[in-house]
Amino acid sequence: MENSYWNGFVGGAWQNEINVRDFIQANYKEYKGDASFLAKATPRTESLMKKVQALFALERQFGGVLDIDTATVSSLTSYSPGYIDKDNEIIFGMQTNRPLKRGVNPFGGMRMARQACEAYGYKLSSKVEEEFRFRTTHNDGVFRAYTDEMRMARKCHVITGLPDAYGRGRIIGDYRRVALYGVDRLIEEKKKDKAALASGAFNTAQIRLDEELFRQIAFLGYLKEMAAMYGFDISRPAKNAREAVQWTYFAYLGAIKEQNGAAMSLGRVSTFFDIYMERDIANGTLTEEGAQELMDDFVIKLRIARHLRTPEYNELFGGDPMWITEAVGGMGEDGRTLVTKGSFRVLNTLYTLGSSPEPNLTVLWSNALPEHFKKFCAKVSADTDSIQYENDDLMRPIYGDDYAIACCVSAMKVGKQMQFFGARCNLAKLLLIALNGGYDADSGVHIGPQMPVMDAEKLDFDAVMERYQIYVEWLSHLYVNTMNIIHYMHDKYAYEKIQMALHDTDVHRFMAFGVAGLSVVADSLSAIKYASVRPVKDASGFITDFVTTGDFPKFGNDDDRVDLIAKDMTHRVITELRKTPTYRDAEHTLSVLTITSNVMYGKNTGATPDGRKAAAPFAPGANPMHNREENGALASLNSVAKISYDDCRDGISNTFSITPEALGRTEGERIDNLVAILDGYFAKMAHHINVNVLNRETLMKAYENPEAYPNLTIRVSGYAVNFNKLSREQQREVISRTFHESV
Amino acid sequence: MSEIYNLTGRIHSIQSLAASDGPGVRFAVFLQGCPLRCGCCHNPDTWNPDGGKVISAGEIVEKATRYRTYFGSAGGVTVSGGEPLLQAEFVKTVFSLCKEQGINTCLDTSGCIWNEDVEKLLGVTDRVLLDVKYTDEEKYRKYVGCKMEKPLEFLRRLNEKRIPTTLRQVIIPSLNDDEENIRALKEIANSHPCVDKIELLPFRKMCQIKYDNLGMEFPFGNLPEPTPENLKRLESILAESV
Repeated sequence: MENSYWNGFVGGAWQNEINVRDFIQANYKEYKGDASFLAKATPRTESLMKKVQALFALERQFGGVLDIDTATVSSLTSYSPGYIDKDNEIIFGMQTNRPLKRGVNPFGGMRMARQACEAYGYKLSSKVEEEFRFRTTHNDGVFRAYTDEMRMARKCHVITGLPDAYGRGRIIGDYRRVALYGVDRLIEEKKKDKAALASGAFNTAQIRLDEELFRQIAFLGYLKEMAAMYGFDISRPAKNAREAVQWTYFAYLGAIKEQNGAAMSLGRVSTFFDIYMERDIANGTLTEEGAQELMDDFVIKLRIARHLRTPEYNELFGGDPMWITEAVGGMGEDGRTLVTKGSFRVLNTLYTLGSSPEPNLTVLWSNALPEHFKKFCAKVSADTDSIQYENDDLMRPIYGDDYAIACCVSAMKVGKQMQFFGARCNLAKLLLIALNGGYDADSGVHIGPQMPVMDAEKLDFDAVMERYQIYVEWLSHLYVNTMNIIHYMHDKYAYEKIQMALHDTDVHRFMAFGVAGLSVVADSLSAIKYASVRPVKDASGFITDFVTTGDFPKFGNDDDRVDLIAKDMTHRVITELRKTPTYRDAEHTLSVLTITSNVMYGKNTGATPDGRKAAAPFAPGANPMHNREENGALASLNSVAKISYDDCRDGISNTFSITPEALGRTEGERIDNLVAILDGYFAKMAHHINVNVLNRETLMKAYENPEAYPNLTIRVSGYAVNFNKLSREQQREVISRTFHESV
Repeated sequence: MSEIYNLTGRIHSIQSLAASDGPGVRFAVFLQGCPLRCGCCHNPDTWNPDGGKVISAGEIVEKATRYRTYFGSAGGVTVSGGEPLLQAEFVKTVFSLCKEQGINTCLDTSGCIWNEDVEKLLGVTDRVLLDVKYTDEEKYRKYVGCKMEKPLEFLRRLNEKRIPTTLRQVIIPSLNDDEENIRALKEIANSHPCVDKIELLPFRKMCQIKYDNLGMEFPFGNLPEPTPENLKRLESILAESV
């Protein structure tokens, strides 16, 4: 198949089938040089960004939400076109008819939509209420099927953050397909897939897929209509770089108009864009400055993307995150690097537009990345605290070289794999429930297998582990079943039409479970094993506190005695989860990731044997507990690196804060040393790291005087936040984290 | 082999990341015990030669090898203190074991001790960070408690052995933050070709709490920290071509 839009491209399998990876491999140009080619922001970009900054300031003044359209249900074509400054924009398209105005999306759950409106002083219109009166939302469906035990587990916070009241997210459409093929070709291929179903047996799975394909095709049609409202015909492939960026953005825009998923990640577009940009630069129709402008305008659009959430949700996740994650760099399976000038350009937006949490720029790090690129990344990290790193050498053998990251740490092949997102269970609380024989002292709820409270003057490690295992088995079974209900209902009532239309029809599914409180549990079990832990009971005979005497090894010091307890815990949990079958035969995976919810998990969990007080925050993700590291930064990294990615295929998040002085005396030293640390950490087969290079004092100043630091961005756990959008409690927790300082 | 491995020494602490004590990313061991009593010392808790904890050379190297993926081509192990030369045989053993593993070795010292063991230690040392505290005999005696000729003699030996050396000096307002001192320091460096780098370290008072905890007076507790401007000015003097 040939067409003029592809002039100048090297042909191949990608022309005859939907295969973006093959197109990239045949056409991209490696770039091993330094960052000196990069262009600065143009006056146009600066003036546009200034308008956007003013809108951000206004949004903050309005308490976090600038405006809500309460009368229109968000969908692809439900709003008239919106602009920031029509004459000065290069890339077009807005979620609603005005920037930062939020739409309502009740498909996930009516209550969430209603409460979110009310929290910001609005009222969901009677029109929307009426429309949904006889309509089942995802949330309705889930609660029809939840068992009493599932409700109880939610209520006592042993499983929390479940996507049962809003969109599940964590699905990445291959938005590049729209640019490369045009929507008509995608429709044509989906129609073929649908027709091919006829030859099989029409069982439940087949009928469901048949209907899903119908809906995918319908929504691809709406996507064309949406683009046409802005004056673009995306039925055909993009013919130049500007169109490639525009078409890709329209596809993403369609997805976020349709879905309010928790994490709406972007995928891996910068090297794909680079192919178009290099073609235009070669034929003289684009300059480097113009290429950067396209990237800048695209990123501005991503920075103003918003979903309407309740304040409670924002408080849990630290502001307004959408986890618009873009995977940058990495290596190809043939040994060539996937770093292109496009990889530099997207990171450069942190300079041209200033630092920012979104998009969530994620560098796929390999030991073999070009040295200049490594140094540029380290410099951007030290300057902006806005990027995270994930181990390409660990993931590439599993996912190939065209995978991306959903949310923070979840790898998946773009357009070929998706996941059913499942939040996390609280391992520390589970330990307390086990010790109390099926009683949660924090909520006063009896849950799980009922047995006597562990009665001992000094807790015995083996006895505790035997007891804990019974509860891990119980919770794992309950957790899988709960997830099965959620995702059955989401498919039924809030199916992602656009995103799934941009996947292969035969898609591989993961079911992503998670744990919180890993370091609390590891240290607690270590205390029981190596020190002396005496349980303290309340008047009704339940354990509510512990007296721990003697020293014990603590996670974060590269001490196998406790590090292997942490590793073993994740192995136990995934092993138990795998015993219960999943909806749609999804593959069980596990993450150690809390985002900023470690504060909330801690709040709902009583005192633990490691000496953590009741309600005190957990460490985020797989981090060692605050300030328990005694052997310095690398020992802490080594401890986390021991947790096996084979057990935790949904990711192992580590957030690392280091002062500039501890990293080296000069900027050059700091860059070289950060590169060495990343190389060293990932050579240990570690999975992920967030890097913050800053002083605790800076954060304390921002805490006291937020107006002076409107754009202070820090990495928290798998993503970045604007420090000022964290709750006061979260800010205090971030300040109390370990900062690796010079000695 | 195992005898060497089991040789023990007294350490104050281990830091898995030391990015400012020698080139690249380094694993640092701080030894216990120091014969000097520098007024600016930020580790008074390392002075007592009977304090700290006992550890074998082998154990240290076993720990260090856990971090070799971070060392890259520049980094390695740094032994600091206290004064490492007080336990020269032990440090020599640690460094020999490091060299067997192909790990770069760096010695952070005041250069105030010379003996046979020290000479052997230099045979397995890739770089020395030599702390020249003042360029003035009187201040050396008054604020360090040793003759200035000792570190200078040590430097001559380093030069003979062609061991790459970084000269370091803690800049203390009113004592050595003057131009004259910096020029003298530069002169010392220039007359010893083994010196390829000079580092000026700002005097810091974060260690006050350590003195408080030890119930000791911080000798320089009443002096201010140097201003960034002054440090910059002194560094620009260093950077001037001769």
